[in-house]
Amino acid sequence: MKQGPVHQGRLKSPFFSRLEKLDFVNEWHEWKGYSSADQLYCSDTEYFAIRNATAVFDLTPMTKYRITGPDALDYLNRLVTRDMAKVRPGRVAYAVWCDDNGQVIDDGTIFHLREGEYRLCSQERHSAWLQAAAIGFDVTITHETEDVAALAVQGPTSYSVLSKLNLDGLGELKPFGLMHCDFQGTELMVSRTGFTGDLGYELWIDPDKAEALWDALFEAGELHGIRAIGTTALDMARIEAGYLAAYEEFLPADETVRTGVSRSPLELGLDWLVDFKKPNFNGRRALAEEKRKGSVWRLVKLDIEGNKEAHHSYIFSNAKASGSNIGFVTSAVWSPVCKQNIALGTVKTPHGKPGDTVWVEIYYQREMHWNRKMAKATVVDKPFWFPPRRGATPPGPY
Amino acid sequence: MTDKYDAIVVGAGHNGLVCSALLAKAGMNVLVLEANAQVGGAAVTREFTEGYSTSACAHLLYQLQPEVRKELKLSPQLATEDMSTIALAESGQHLRITADSVEGVSDEDAEQYRRFRKRMTRFADLLRTYLNKRPPRLGTKNFKDMLTLAQLGFDIRRLGKEEMQEFLRLIGMNMHDEVTERFESPLLKGAISLDSVLGTHLGPRSPNTIMTYLYRQAGDHGRVAVPQGGMGSVSEELAHAARGAGATIRTSMPVKRIVIDNGRVTGVETEGGEVFSSYTVISNADPKRTVMELVGAKHVETGFGRRIHHLRARGNAAKLHLALDGLPTIEGLNKKDFGERIVIAGDEHYVERAFNPAKYGECSSEPVVEMTFPSFRDESLAPTGKHVMSAVVQYAPYNLKAGWDDAAREAFKQTVIKTIAKYAPDIEQRISASELLTPADIEREFHITGGHWHHAELTLDQFLFVRPVNGAAQYALPVDGLFLCGAGAHPGGGVSGAAGRNAARTILRREKAA
Repeated sequence: MKQGPVHQGRLKSPFFSRLEKLDFVNEWHEWKGYSSADQLYCSDTEYFAIRNATAVFDLTPMTKYRITGPDALDYLNRLVTRDMAKVRPGRVAYAVWCDDNGQVIDDGTIFHLREGEYRLCSQERHSAWLQAAAIGFDVTITHETEDVAALAVQGPTSYSVLSKLNLDGLGELKPFGLMHCDFQGTELMVSRTGFTGDLGYELWIDPDKAEALWDALFEAGELHGIRAIGTTALDMARIEAGYLAAYEEFLPADETVRTGVSRSPLELGLDWLVDFKKPNFNGRRALAEEKRKGSVWRLVKLDIEGNKEAHHSYIFSNAKASGSNIGFVTSAVWSPVCKQNIALGTVKTPHGKPGDTVWVEIYYQREMHWNRKMAKATVVDKPFWFPPRRGATPPGPY
Repeated sequence: MTDKYDAIVVGAGHNGLVCSALLAKAGMNVLVLEANAQVGGAAVTREFTEGYSTSACAHLLYQLQPEVRKELKLSPQLATEDMSTIALAESGQHLRITADSVEGVSDEDAEQYRRFRKRMTRFADLLRTYLNKRPPRLGTKNFKDMLTLAQLGFDIRRLGKEEMQEFLRLIGMNMHDEVTERFESPLLKGAISLDSVLGTHLGPRSPNTIMTYLYRQAGDHGRVAVPQGGMGSVSEELAHAARGAGATIRTSMPVKRIVIDNGRVTGVETEGGEVFSSYTVISNADPKRTVMELVGAKHVETGFGRRIHHLRARGNAAKLHLALDGLPTIEGLNKKDFGERIVIAGDEHYVERAFNPAKYGECSSEPVVEMTFPSFRDESLAPTGKHVMSAVVQYAPYNLKAGWDDAAREAFKQTVIKTIAKYAPDIEQRISASELLTPADIEREFHITGGHWHHAELTLDQFLFVRPVNGAAQYALPVDGLFLCGAGAHPGGGVSGAAGRNAARTILRREKAA
C-alpha cells in the first residue's frame, strides 16, 4: 500500500481559492481532513441549481484509491458483492463491500479506468480494510485522494455547460461511463456519475489544473445558471434520489461497537448488488445464510403526509403508536422538486414492504413549544426523483 | 481422467495418518498424498550420514493418545520409556528428575517438587480430556458446544475451590514466577523452565508458559519415551494401520493446490499436474500453507484471511544430530544415564537469557539443549559401538535477522557443540558427522511454515476455542468440504494424534448428519 504524507491541520482542496470567493456565509465542516462547505450562500438556492441548472460540488475530499496489478480484478471481486468481471474498462460500478459477517463497511463507486486499472471512491477511508484484503493478492493500492482534484457537475444544463469545453465523446458518454480527454494539455477524466440522481458528470484532474478547470467551467456555465454548492443541498438531492449515506443509513461495520447496529446489503435494499453466482466474496456465507433465514431490517423510502420533516422519527405500524416502534427514520427532507415530504428509514421485517402504510412520529417546535404528530406514510419502491434526462444519451441541451 | 475419493488427506504427517486411518476404518475411500518420499511428516527417522539414523524432527514420544492407540490398535515398540531427565551441572552435581520426584536437591525442594507435580498432573489431566474433544465454539446455540463448555466449567469447578482458583491463576501465568516462588535449586528451576518453552517462541517469563508446560504434561502424565527405530517407526505403524483399513497412501506427491469450485472443495492437484477428486479434503499442512498457498486468499474472506496471515508461527527450535565414534564423557554421569533425557538449562535465568536474542532475530549464544542418545538403547540407529545424538536446541529464530545461510547454520552448530562441550569436553573429538536443522530447514524439508513444531504458536490466544483462529477452530475451514487435521488445529503439536483423531471424528459426524 502506498500512502502519502500525513498532514496536520485542516486541508484545503485545490478549489478552495475559488470556493472562498463565492462563499458568503462561512459555514464549513470537516470532511476527512478537508474543509468542505455546508453552503456557500443559501442551501435552498444551491439545491435549485442542482435541479434546474448546473451545480458544482467539490468532490476532492472523497476518498480515492487506485488499485492496480495482475490480481486487481480478483481482488475487487472478492472485496465487493457484485461481479466486477462484468465492469469493462471505461465503465463505473456502484458497489458495496462487507466484512466477513456480511455487514456493510461502506458503499462507493469503482471506476475501471483502463484495462486492469481501477479507482475506488467512497465517503470514508478504508486503508486498513483494503490492505487486509490485499493479503495474498498481487495488487498495489495507492491512496490518491490528494493526487486527484474532483468536481461534481450536476443538473439539467450540465451537458450543455461541458459541451462548451469541447470534450471529445461527451455526447456519447452513457450513464456510468467514463472517458479520458484533453483539457489544456492535461488529461481530464470525465465520468457520467453523481450523487444527485439527475443528469450529471464528475470531473477528475491533476490538482495543478484544478483552478484552470474551475475557471473554464464557470465561464462556460455563465449563461446556464452554474452555481457552486455545499453539502446541505447535495444531501437533499441524494435523499430524493434514494441514495445511501454512511453514518446515516448505515454505520460502517468496522466502526461499530455493539452487535446488531450494522446493516447487510440485503437490509439496505441492495440485493441487486449481491451476486451469489460469484463463488466467493467477503460476506458471502453470512449473506447466503441471511437470505435463507430472512433479514432483520429493511430500508424503506417513505412518502409522508403533511410537510413536517420527519427527522429521526420513530416509525410505528399503527397510528396510535401502540406496541413498540418498528424502526426509525435515517434521513428526511421536504423535497421541493417532488413537493413531497420524504424520508429514508430502517424498519424491522416483515414491515415495510412497498405499498405498506406505516406511521411516523414527528416532533416539531413552534415558538419554543413542542408538538407531536403521527403522520401516515407510504412505503414506496422507486426513487422519489428519477428524471428521464438522467439516462438519455446524448443528453438534450437545456 | 481423475480418480474420485471419499476423502483426500494432504500430507502424511502422523496426524494425517491417524485421520486417514480412522476415516478408512469407517468405510471411506481415502487417498493420502505426501510430498516427501517418506510418510510421517516431522515424525520420521532419517539417515543423516552414512550408517547413522535418527528421528529427524520430533524425537521424544510423550503424547500419543491412548484413544488413538486403542482405536488403531497401535503398540509402538519403545526403546526406552519412563525416561527421567538429567539436568546437567557444570560441577557434575546433576539433578535426576522423574515425573514425581527429584534427586540432588534439598529436602525442601524435593517436597515442593512432589507437590508441584501433583498439582500439575491434576491440571494436566483436566486439560487432557479436552485434547481429545472438538473445542466448543463460543456464542452459539449448538447443543454439543454448550455441553462441552458447561462440562469444562464444571470440571474446573470440580477441582475444588482452592484448586480452581489455582488453576485460573496459573493458566495464564509464566513459569518463571512459579518456579522462583517454589524452588531454590537453580538447576531444577532451569529444567522446569525448559519444559515450559520447548518448541515455542516463548521464554520462561513469557505469559502462559505454565499452560505450555501443562500441554506437554497432558499427553501422557509427563512420561517420556523413545520409539524403537526412531519416530519414523510410529509413523510407519500408523501408515500400516491406515493401509490396513483401506487407505491409499502415495508418497513423493506434493500437492500444488486444493481445487475449489464455486466455493467448495472438489479435489487436489499435485505438482505433477495430476488431479484427484473428492468433496472432502483434509489438510495436514499448517493453517497458513493450507489457506494462503494451497487454497489461495481469493477463496476465503478478508477477515479470515487476515487472521490466518497474522497467525504467529515462527519456529525457534533447531535440531542437532551428531554421529559419534563413542559416547562422550560427562563427569558425574553413569553409562546408563545416556539412555535418559539430558538437558542443559543451568537455571531459570539461563533459559530466559537464551531467549533474549531470539526476540531480536539472533541466535542464543548459550543455547538451551535437550539431548538424547537414541542409539544407546537402539542399535539399529548406528554402527556397532558408535552412537547418534539427537538434540533439540533453542533458540534459533526462524526470522534470523541476518538470514539463514550455510555460514549462519555452521556458526550456530559450533555454538551448540561448544555449549555441550562444557559438560562433555571430549564431544568434539567424537563427532564424525553432524547436521543442524534450523527452523528454515525444517520449513523446507517438512513443509511447515515458519518451521514451528506446533504449526502455530501455542499461546492462549491461539488455543482451544480460537485455534488456529476464530472461524476454524472445529477443524472445518470456511470453504465447504475443507478441513484441518494437523498441529495447527486443536489441540496442537507433538506426536499425539489428537488433532488427526478429532478431525476424523468431526468429519464422520458430519457425514452421518448429511
